[in-house]
Amino acid sequence: MASERINQELPVVARFEVRHRNCLAPDGSISRPLPAFASDARLLIALYRSMVLLRLFDRKAVALQRTGRLGTYAVSLGQEAVSVGIASAMREEDVLLPSYRDNGALIWRGVQLEEILLFWGGDERGNHFAGPVHDFPFCVPVGSQAPHAAGVAYAFRLRREPRVAVCMFGDGATSKGDVYEAMNFAGVHKLPVVFVATNNQWAISVPIRLQTGCETLAQKAIAAGFTGEQVDGSDVLAIRAAAEDAIAAARDGKGPRFIEAVTYRLGDHTTSDDASRYRSADEVQAHWKEEPIARLRSYLVNQKIWSKTDEEQLAAECNERVEAAVERYLATAPRPRETMFDHLYASLPEVYAAQRRELAGEHDA
Amino acid sequence: MPRNAVNSRGSTMPEVTLVEAVNLALGRAMEDDPSVVVLGEDVGINGGVFRATAGLQKRFGSERVLDTPLAELLISGLCVGMAAQGLKPVGEIQFMGFIYPCLDQLVNHASRMRNRTQGRLTCPMVLRTPHGAGIRAPEHHSESTEAMLAHIPGLRVVMPSSPESAYGLLLAAIRDPDPVVFLEPTRLYRAAKGEVEDNGEALPLDRAFVLRDGRDITMVSWGAALKETTTAADVLSAEGISAEVVDLATLKPYDEDTVLSSVAKTGRCLIVHEAARTGGFGAEIAATVAERGLASLFAPVTRVTGYDTIIPMARLEQHYMPSVERIATAARKLCQFS
Repeated sequence: MASERINQELPVVARFEVRHRNCLAPDGSISRPLPAFASDARLLIALYRSMVLLRLFDRKAVALQRTGRLGTYAVSLGQEAVSVGIASAMREEDVLLPSYRDNGALIWRGVQLEEILLFWGGDERGNHFAGPVHDFPFCVPVGSQAPHAAGVAYAFRLRREPRVAVCMFGDGATSKGDVYEAMNFAGVHKLPVVFVATNNQWAISVPIRLQTGCETLAQKAIAAGFTGEQVDGSDVLAIRAAAEDAIAAARDGKGPRFIEAVTYRLGDHTTSDDASRYRSADEVQAHWKEEPIARLRSYLVNQKIWSKTDEEQLAAECNERVEAAVERYLATAPRPRETMFDHLYASLPEVYAAQRRELAGEHDA
Repeated sequence: MPRNAVNSRGSTMPEVTLVEAVNLALGRAMEDDPSVVVLGEDVGINGGVFRATAGLQKRFGSERVLDTPLAELLISGLCVGMAAQGLKPVGEIQFMGFIYPCLDQLVNHASRMRNRTQGRLTCPMVLRTPHGAGIRAPEHHSESTEAMLAHIPGLRVVMPSSPESAYGLLLAAIRDPDPVVFLEPTRLYRAAKGEVEDNGEALPLDRAFVLRDGRDITMVSWGAALKETTTAADVLSAEGISAEVVDLATLKPYDEDTVLSSVAKTGRCLIVHEAARTGGFGAEIAATVAERGLASLFAPVTRVTGYDTIIPMARLEQHYMPSVERIATAARKLCQFS
């Protein structure tokens, strides 16, 4: 009897699985049944237009940086579907907590292009959005906005507001304690928050295989007690569908979700980076076959809801919009120097007010 | 629990310890403002390891007094997110030795949220933590690293020294629209007793308090070190030296004018702090006196501080902290200059 018990396998106490979502194959053909919203041609075209606008905006921003008229800038090339698709599933009253490469989400939510340029041009006024006033500004210290998202979601819960916090970060951020601590807390309290990891395979020069020993990033949610899903991050329909599901579940009190959007950063990390130092042109070339804009365009063209004329019109429109924003940005004079003290405290303590006067050139008598 | 004591005016006022005063202020703030939330490790049913939050969960419920997972970075980061959404979180870090994971949140987010969004988002949070040595605690429980925090623009750093100031300053910190780190002198938690009326009256932030008037020497200190500083003032008084004792109370931004006007009167400045000397906050005060008060000085500005070594564990900690004797000796030396 005793030896029989000893030979028995240990009982399984938990089992987990991670699913992968995809709608469109890289060539734009349908690979899985499409979500309901796919029958809304206007929405699909809106998603497409946003991705195209983002790509043109990025190109212009890099040109400005190269000519000394903008600071360091992070392009979204190749991963436009993630930020646009996620933001498209949010409501206005939800709160976005973006990382520095989530321009697409900000633009979708109504942040003005010139505000984004102001930020990257070194002016804090770029974070004073006229648009989604509760959204957080770009987070530069990687992953450190994740605990804020849990705090925001906790506030929603406390006030019984049907709102959702959406926190976006990259694959590198999932290695940080900040992200795990936030997810763990969100899991404990089943908070209305959605964590989105844009896995673009590279954290500057460090590839995903050196970032984690896990098969997926999505499975990190399992340790925090909620569902993680892996999504084809270059397929905007899949991203939008995953975001809709996750945000609806969070809003309904079913707790947090985690979305791993697997995509590829076709560009450099930022304008200060040269990705050819750490990855081959062949690798990058191969990923161009999966990129999100051509993929959705193929689908739209196949569906006969998009034409060459539409494409030309869109390009002209986007160019005009970007150029107008650039003009407004370049025409914005720097703030007076002493305003660096403004909004430091609700009311500036006298000891710093003296420094402000000194900076402004009015010396104390 | 509060005991009734007869005060000098013959009326009865509850006498409470410093930690009870903290508890009274938290309760009052939560009563007055439904957006105040208390969070931290063991702050709920356990009432905090020092009992600062005792009874609050029972009064205000587990949604407003919440036990967090054991993660200090999380506590400070949650406060930032809650505060940006209009709550008034009061986070507790169990000991100052565990506050360092919060520095990223304090430097990169809490202190600059208002400035970097040009006022669009703000961060009205308080992070409370016990400060300093002297309770024979285990390793990592005795730090006094307030100068690191006082170096962060956009933050307020406040340290009470009595039950009265703990009550009034904590209320002020919670009501303040900007982030405040509130450092509570651990060894005074139960040792300091005083009369506190729970009347909801706050003390002003950004102000130093003259605890004792004197004419011969200004002694500036804060937190628990004020205990030895005022005792030293008693010793000196018996010898005919009249010491003025200034409680800095708010270190960031600190009240230069109160320090300078005291030094203008006495001509001598002794700074006492428990923290290590190099880069300690005493250096900041000495620099201010040198820049703005040199003409009134009879004697060099002098510091009596903890040493530039690791704060030792229980067996040696009393030799690390400024003693009454070290303070009195330094003061006598300064008074030889005229």
